[in-house]
Amino acid sequence: MRKLAGIGLFLLVLYGSLLIANEGARSAENHYNLGRDIGKYGLISLGAGLLIISGGIDLSIGSVVGLSATVLVILLTEKGWSPLLAMLATLLVGCVIGLVHGVLVTKLRVQAFVMTLCGLFIYRGLARWLAGDKAMSLGRGFPAFWRDWLYRSRAVFGLPMSLVILLVIAGVAAVFLHRSVYGRYLSAIGSNERAVRYSGIATDRYKMLAYVLCSVLAAFYGILFVMETNQVQPSSDGNFLELYAIAGAVLGGCSLRGGEGTVVGILIGTAILQLLGNLVLMWGIPSALEYTVIGGALLLGAILDESLRRGEGRRARGAKEGEKEKQEEEQKDHKPA
Amino acid sequence: MAAEHSGEATPAPYLLEARDVSRAFPGVQALDRVRLSLRRGEVLAVVGENGAGKSTLMKILAGVERLDSGTVLLDGRPLRLGGVQEAQRLGIVLIHQELNLAENLDVAGNIFLGREPRRGGFLGLVDKRIYADAEPITRRLGLDSSPRAPVAGLSIGQQQLVEIARALSLDSRVLIMDEPTSSLTQRETDRLFDVIRDLKRGGLSVLYISHRLKEVEEIADRVVVLRDGRNAGELQHDQISHEAMVRLMVGRELKQFFRRTHVPPAGNVPPVLRVERLRLDVGTGQPISFSLRGGEIVCLAGLIGAGRSELAETLFGLRRPLSGEVFLDGRPVRVGSPAEAIAHGVFLLPEDRRSQGLVLEASVKANVTLASLQRVSRLGLINPPRERALARDLCQRLNVHTPSVDKTVGLLSGGNQQKVVLAKWLTRSPRLLIVDEPTRGVDVGAKTEIYGLMDRLAGQGTAILMISSDLEEVLGMSDRVLVMHEGRLAGELPREDLSEEAVMHLATGGGHGS
Repeated sequence: MRKLAGIGLFLLVLYGSLLIANEGARSAENHYNLGRDIGKYGLISLGAGLLIISGGIDLSIGSVVGLSATVLVILLTEKGWSPLLAMLATLLVGCVIGLVHGVLVTKLRVQAFVMTLCGLFIYRGLARWLAGDKAMSLGRGFPAFWRDWLYRSRAVFGLPMSLVILLVIAGVAAVFLHRSVYGRYLSAIGSNERAVRYSGIATDRYKMLAYVLCSVLAAFYGILFVMETNQVQPSSDGNFLELYAIAGAVLGGCSLRGGEGTVVGILIGTAILQLLGNLVLMWGIPSALEYTVIGGALLLGAILDESLRRGEGRRARGAKEGEKEKQEEEQKDHKPA
Repeated sequence: MAAEHSGEATPAPYLLEARDVSRAFPGVQALDRVRLSLRRGEVLAVVGENGAGKSTLMKILAGVERLDSGTVLLDGRPLRLGGVQEAQRLGIVLIHQELNLAENLDVAGNIFLGREPRRGGFLGLVDKRIYADAEPITRRLGLDSSPRAPVAGLSIGQQQLVEIARALSLDSRVLIMDEPTSSLTQRETDRLFDVIRDLKRGGLSVLYISHRLKEVEEIADRVVVLRDGRNAGELQHDQISHEAMVRLMVGRELKQFFRRTHVPPAGNVPPVLRVERLRLDVGTGQPISFSLRGGEIVCLAGLIGAGRSELAETLFGLRRPLSGEVFLDGRPVRVGSPAEAIAHGVFLLPEDRRSQGLVLEASVKANVTLASLQRVSRLGLINPPRERALARDLCQRLNVHTPSVDKTVGLLSGGNQQKVVLAKWLTRSPRLLIVDEPTRGVDVGAKTEIYGLMDRLAGQGTAILMISSDLEEVLGMSDRVLVMHEGRLAGELPREDLSEEAVMHLATGGGHGS
């Protein structure tokens, strides 16, 4: 809770400093663009966050975005599929990728980091090969109906559609993570998978679910990306997105140790990340420094979080000394005769 | 090693003395004016329940932890311990219960870690002398492995001896041992005691912390009992007895420590569990057959590595047997996962509650309801008031001492944590409950409650398979004892024939005892 308050405050400070930057920063258009970007990046941070909470990690998000965008463009142009079908197929690609990750990690016990690092290379290569290693354009564009509906319109209170989509998905995710049995299992698995398995819960299933959710959200990002740009560059589109996704989740309070994190936190983390980028622009900081600013903010957050955790740990240990410390030692017992 | 600080002018009556030592942590007074004095060449045992302050006191004496008030005197001179290094220089060495060995190094490398004789100038090569230097120490301890053997390949018991060897190589005058036998076999324990007696003759003083009162009876010259951070009493050599220690530890008589109200089934009751020629995937893989009736508490005894936990894990679906059959209530079952085991009414209280039983960072509530969330949820959504009510009810039934069910479970005492793990299964009625070391690291009061619960469950017809290395508990609780040795069933002892000797005889590979 304190963590949430902390990052919430940080977000407000950032927003405040944006408002005083200049006229352009205060404009409705800047807000709209900011909201649109938060909506998009929030999707992948949400996927990455849920996975991180369950104790996993996905480094392939950017490549999945690239591959799914490529698949979507190919289906719409070369194959002439209907938009709805093509989008469903694209989501299916994400689903299959997530399932493969999940199965290999749970059943073959490939380390998640290694598995998805391999994925990062594999899907990027696949996307380039499918597209003949060249940029592809949608030509006459995404069918206006879908684009208006999903991308351009300010259907709800003038908000960018991607932000509305994010808020809806985040709402569902919040109920899932914080109120449902499955979410409880997911975060418990992140903390101590063995204890959950020993409680008779099919842990592998929930871990696979987390991988699938992460990749499907990445594929969905790919769809929104195509709507926005009307084209795809398979060799570069989506590059580094996994890092943004993970950074957003971590800034939002997800611990890479697993078991920790909230949906609201992930949203705030994403917003902070986007605000930082926007601030660099609006304050006239050389844009070359954008990554450095983001990296610095992330590092600061990590250091603060760790000292907060230590402080809490010390207090907790102190409060229970004798009892608990002894306890910890006893746990190391091995079997005596 | 005997103290080499010979020729001290006027020897103080005590080598090491703690006077009115206090230490507070936020919310708890860990030590309140505790006194303790250690003579030269004496083994002084410090006993007490979990949370009594033993570990804190030892850490203060070893320079790990600072004190708020009070004095520590060495040779009658007040001591300001600045840290572990300084304490070690003065000859006070704490051997932690947890092993602090560098697994990638060999035995000698560990003994001299940080103090290696060097050669080769700036290259800092480790001098091979350490192997020759290590030899006499390891021999003295009866550590039957070469100084060049990698530590990772040693048994836990041997690793413990390496820790002790390290302490001895420091020329210590006071050796503080925190539960040194918790991972040793009986034979290794006996050898350790020989070593301690030998060291004692050489003038070394030992502070010995243990939960195993039997061992304290055997090795201690004097016993200091702590309770709730205070001195609860002291027992001279001729006063040391199990009962006396327990009385001081809990501050009351523990009558009927092992209370048995359940009546084990007599005659031809069909078994709840029947295991036929089950071959485990460990050890020699010899077939195991036995059966267990409802309302019966059967104990699996044996040494480390005898295959007891593996048998439990196989029955709970965590391991696959090589072959053989398991019958529950007469029907053959294949248990492929814990979920299936639970569906069959087979529950496990795992050996290591922290790594296998609890989600430590989560609340008491989340832990006790983890296995039965379906009962308090609809359409996959948890109903918070119902979950809370269930958690409260379970905690009450098991007498879990916690200020609130929202408390983080990792902050509870060992006994209460264990009750939380047990509570998890109480929402259902187990047919077969397997408990693996149910009272390890649990204080006396909680032990009694756990025994009481097992007794109640047996009374309700649950078959209980208890794995225990605590012979007292084995003798106190079992209706029958199955002894395992090297992956096979070495024998069976009915309650009438139970004795420590009979169990140990079978456990160490002797023939059939009954």
